[in-house]
Amino acid sequence: MSYFSDIYKGIKTLLTGMSVTGKYFVTSRKGAITQQYPDNRDTLQMFERFRGEVIMPHTDDNEHRCTGCQKCEIACPNGTIEIIWDRGIDEATGKKKKKIDQFVYHLSMCTMCGLCIDVCPHDAIKWGQNFENSVYDRSTLTRVLNKPGSTLMQGVED
Amino acid sequence: MPLRITENIHNWLFSVMPEGVASLVEMTLIAVVYLTIFAVAGLFLVLLERRVAAWFQLRIGPNRVGPQGLLQTMADAIKLLTKELTGTEKADKFLYNLAPYFVIISALMALAVIPFSAEFHAFDINIGIFFLIAISSIGVIGILLGGWSSNNKYALIGAMRSGVQTISYELSVGLSLLTMVVITGSLQLSEIIEVQKSGWLILQGHIPAAIAFMVFMISGTAETNRAPFDMVEAESELGAGFHTEYSGMKFAYFFLAEFINMFIISAIAATVFFGGWLSPFGITESIPELGVFWFLLKTMALVFLMMWFRWTFPRLRVDQLLTLEWKYLLPINLVNLVLMALLVWLNLTLRL
Repeated sequence: MSYFSDIYKGIKTLLTGMSVTGKYFVTSRKGAITQQYPDNRDTLQMFERFRGEVIMPHTDDNEHRCTGCQKCEIACPNGTIEIIWDRGIDEATGKKKKKIDQFVYHLSMCTMCGLCIDVCPHDAIKWGQNFENSVYDRSTLTRVLNKPGSTLMQGVED
Repeated sequence: MPLRITENIHNWLFSVMPEGVASLVEMTLIAVVYLTIFAVAGLFLVLLERRVAAWFQLRIGPNRVGPQGLLQTMADAIKLLTKELTGTEKADKFLYNLAPYFVIISALMALAVIPFSAEFHAFDINIGIFFLIAISSIGVIGILLGGWSSNNKYALIGAMRSGVQTISYELSVGLSLLTMVVITGSLQLSEIIEVQKSGWLILQGHIPAAIAFMVFMISGTAETNRAPFDMVEAESELGAGFHTEYSGMKFAYFFLAEFINMFIISAIAATVFFGGWLSPFGITESIPELGVFWFLLKTMALVFLMMWFRWTFPRLRVDQLLTLEWKYLLPINLVNLVLMALLVWLNLTLRL
């Protein structure tokens, strides 16, 4: 008798499947996930976890959170990050202290693995949402992430 | 009106030419009209499929070329026309070039028998249904030839699967139509529609007719080699199946023929089960010109049903495919045929 119950179950499950896709068909106008890209360039919002490029957020006072510890440089599997550092006198304590001169990021070598961001102890670098990275000259893909004249934010190292 | 136009052309042709030449010219004209329908319907169906597929998958689909993407498939066809026709080394050139024509000619011949409306019916023979079943089996020869002559293992496997599939499901298509022929008592398609003036056959034959319709739609989908029965061109296993080695317009012929076959299967179902060009409850009986509209509406609804199948169900395995046919559809069909015969014998059919 399982022959007939098989037929019944088969038809029932097929109809269940069709009702699911049918619902999607009816509501597809509202929930279409297609981005009509160049047209909606002004309003396009990439999703939160999108990995576009590595950026270093700066505050309004031109302060960043990078202490120059070079953990990201060590973590990077393909030498994307190069930190050129210097020693300067810390105003508060008067001691000699390491600080970054240039945070060099080679986007052309980056695989967006995210290890540098995971390893950063001070959340100095983050994922950016920009994805329009095509250029005519690949040397422009080498970027300095810290803005000129920027300084370390107070209290990051405490 | 359509009748008047064709009549006028007919009279004019016979007045300016000798009879033999005039009838030849007339046949050519009709062939050209049907070729145009073939091309336009094929392109339109491809576009419809892509739009419907997109909506099922929460996408938008082609919407760039022309208003709402209406000219997309035209552009694709022009692109295919300009592409190089490639072939494999050691392919059987003659059969390789012949195969697409087998496929489209069988589809075109089947199109000729389909009644678009009371007047728009090119070839109304008294064995209409039988002719349709016979012609739709010829298409598989084209697929087998194409697959074999390509000298490519994927093409060969695809073609052989197509052979297995079409030969098996042919039985179910034939038997489910035979079930309906028991009610109509005629194989002629115009006669079948005439019978349905007292209620569409799916209502007249109620339970067995509904079963026959389901069986017909399943086996019809299998016969047109569409998903979930697209073993023939299973992309993930066989490249493109039997037409792996075809390019340009020869590939387009296969592609168009596949969509026309889908249209034909839906048209047969609309004619046999849903009254063809008859309006529901005879609401527009006084305007016979609307016949084409009703026919196309019903056919398109069934085409949509086939697309719905395609974008819902996963592909079957070969053994599951054959199990479905030989262990389920065929026995059900045979019992259904006896049931329908009993129904007609005991006069239990519903008539308005």
